[in-house]
Amino acid sequence: MTAPPRDGSARLRIRGLLRKEWLEILRDPSSIAIAFVLPALLLFLFGYGVSLDPREVRIAFVKPSSSQPAESLAEAFRGSPYFRVAFAADIVTARRLLDRREVQGIVSLRDDFADRLENGEAVVQLVLDGVDANTARIVQGYVRGTFAGWLARIDRGSRAPPGLTIEHRMWFNSEIDSRHFLIPGLVAIIMTLIGAMLTSLVVAREWERGTMEALFATPVRIREIMIGKLLPYFVLGMGSMAVATAMAVLLFGVPFRGSFLALLLLAGIYMMASLAYGLAVSALARSQFVAGQVAIITAFLPAFILSGFIFDIRSMPWAIQLLTYIIPARYFVSSLQTMFLAGDVWRVYLVDGAALLLIAAIFLAVARRRTRKSLE
Amino acid sequence: MWRRIWALFRKELLVLWKDPRSRAVLIGPPLVQLLVFGYAATFDIRDVRTGILDADDSPTSRAVVALFAGSPTFDPLVPLAGEAALRRAIDGREVAVAIRIQPGFEAALRAGRPAPLQLVLDGRQSNTSLGILAYAQEIVDHFNQALEQEAGFPGPPARLEIRSWFNPNLESRWFIVPGLTGLLSMVVVLVVTALSVARERELGTFEQLLVTPYRPLEILAGKALPALLIGLAEGTLIVAVAVFWFEIPLRGSLALLYLGLIIFILAIAGVGLMVSALSRTQQQAILGAFLFVVPAVILSGFATPIMNMPETIQTITLANPFRYFLVILRSVFLRDTPFELLLDQIWPMAVIALLTLTAATVMFRRRLY
Repeated sequence: MTAPPRDGSARLRIRGLLRKEWLEILRDPSSIAIAFVLPALLLFLFGYGVSLDPREVRIAFVKPSSSQPAESLAEAFRGSPYFRVAFAADIVTARRLLDRREVQGIVSLRDDFADRLENGEAVVQLVLDGVDANTARIVQGYVRGTFAGWLARIDRGSRAPPGLTIEHRMWFNSEIDSRHFLIPGLVAIIMTLIGAMLTSLVVAREWERGTMEALFATPVRIREIMIGKLLPYFVLGMGSMAVATAMAVLLFGVPFRGSFLALLLLAGIYMMASLAYGLAVSALARSQFVAGQVAIITAFLPAFILSGFIFDIRSMPWAIQLLTYIIPARYFVSSLQTMFLAGDVWRVYLVDGAALLLIAAIFLAVARRRTRKSLE
Repeated sequence: MWRRIWALFRKELLVLWKDPRSRAVLIGPPLVQLLVFGYAATFDIRDVRTGILDADDSPTSRAVVALFAGSPTFDPLVPLAGEAALRRAIDGREVAVAIRIQPGFEAALRAGRPAPLQLVLDGRQSNTSLGILAYAQEIVDHFNQALEQEAGFPGPPARLEIRSWFNPNLESRWFIVPGLTGLLSMVVVLVVTALSVARERELGTFEQLLVTPYRPLEILAGKALPALLIGLAEGTLIVAVAVFWFEIPLRGSLALLYLGLIIFILAIAGVGLMVSALSRTQQQAILGAFLFVVPAVILSGFATPIMNMPETIQTITLANPFRYFLVILRSVFLRDTPFELLLDQIWPMAVIALLTLTAATVMFRRRLY
């Protein structure tokens, strides 16, 4: 190999590589699909399809004998906007509804409900469908609230004064809409797709077809190859980030309380880390099948599950919590949620940004090393 | 004809098995994912870092704080020096919730006026926050009952008795891990089938296959059957880990589970072969598979219930085979639902399988001639 020509021609070489990469992106419709169609699709799906908040809880109400207090409790449930009530004659019928997943819970009263209420020892039984634990917990909360309200009404005057009450404020998300925290996290998922997945596939293809070696035979330097690979996808990733942010705010009404400067800065750093990871994966795997699988398994799925995007990291076992520290998406999701909902908290950004920079540096070094080795 | 299919079947399995890297990809990652996600994918609420701002600092307020300190859910408690510290702690996510007690708290309680306990929750994880609120409400209810009894009031005339069927401790792992069986089998089957033809086309061996006496249907069967075998093996492995490692109860019939699994894999293999027929390169195949997997997971009820979705989206989910298989998985694992009650999940999945396999055959014919 001859010594590469100096200075001025470096820019020329990089420009040549960039042109080639752009042409490849533009000519393969699947790259465009992943950069623009997929983000839009994901946002639509999540914006409309994903919510952790039950809209309406279906319950079966078992009310064997008709009595005034039983009627008033039934009315409390029927009048609540949270419930859709199906009346059942007995617990067997109600159980069948639960088995068929037609209701998510059963509220049942015994025959002697009214008499027992007189004596102060009435029992209202709530049976929950425990299969979906998260929903079951929310249903439990709604039933508790409705029951407490009813108790306070029938009990007026004769009872102890109200003791302790809870006043709660949900900061940053007063409507308590789970989509408001899910959609910002989605920006990170979309950028992971482009950074880690698309890049690893594209570079692995060059390895697989042997065109990477052909590139090595030219005077292009490794640093220039890497820049030529990274820059177009960096632009693509930032473009899809902009599209996703705009859709989140304009279409889904998620507030954006932070600054665009912070968004650009952190997104840029995350994109670098993500691209560096994709490059490292493809340099290690060198086949599209393996690179694709590895990218899905080690970048996309963790961005989904281990980043705090849906599942709260603080609820995970400590070993898994430790594991999340090496997932780049974790830092970006945290910053995104803060940026959209809470506004600029530079302390959060600083920690997240520093961690992302470190990760980017490590993966760039790995990619660089693995790429050089093959030259020898 | 069967000999030819058998030969192709063997060849497909050998291709996947002989490459050490693709072999590793088939076995290792699903297991690792099952273990990691089995632990990570949880909606449970534990170890809630709680900020305490007790501006009343009276015996009563301290007793209330002690109640929270005694609960296993609220741990650790972090004392906060003032309003600014509270805002800082919430902003920086140093605590998940802050409890604020205003001056005059004890006096209000003594005088029989309502004494508010203020909870500041972090809306950046509103789902967790709602759970925290429910736990706090429970603690406050206990406190009030004790207070009333002390004052000589009788207890409330009625009480709520809560039982949860199928999953008495409401562990979200019991909900997620059975679902992972379907998710991981789906990913493996889809990738294997989507790449099978695309790889041959990219390497140029597909033309060689075309000059053999294979008929399109035979090629299709030769590609779909290895996927079925791999999917079944994968599913079996995951069910075993779910039962023996995660100790998820398996209450229903295994036969029913496998019936569902086979139909589900066939439906997914059909999708994978369609993707394969449409794509010219492996990159397109992987992206195509991906374009299917993501909506299929999101619109399945895997993590968030279908009934929370708007009506139109709920209608769209009817075309998603994963939706039905999830119900079967969870019913067999936890509910022990009898076969008749699951028929309404099995037949739509069978129809979808038939449609996707037919569509794949038609697309293959087009591509071949």
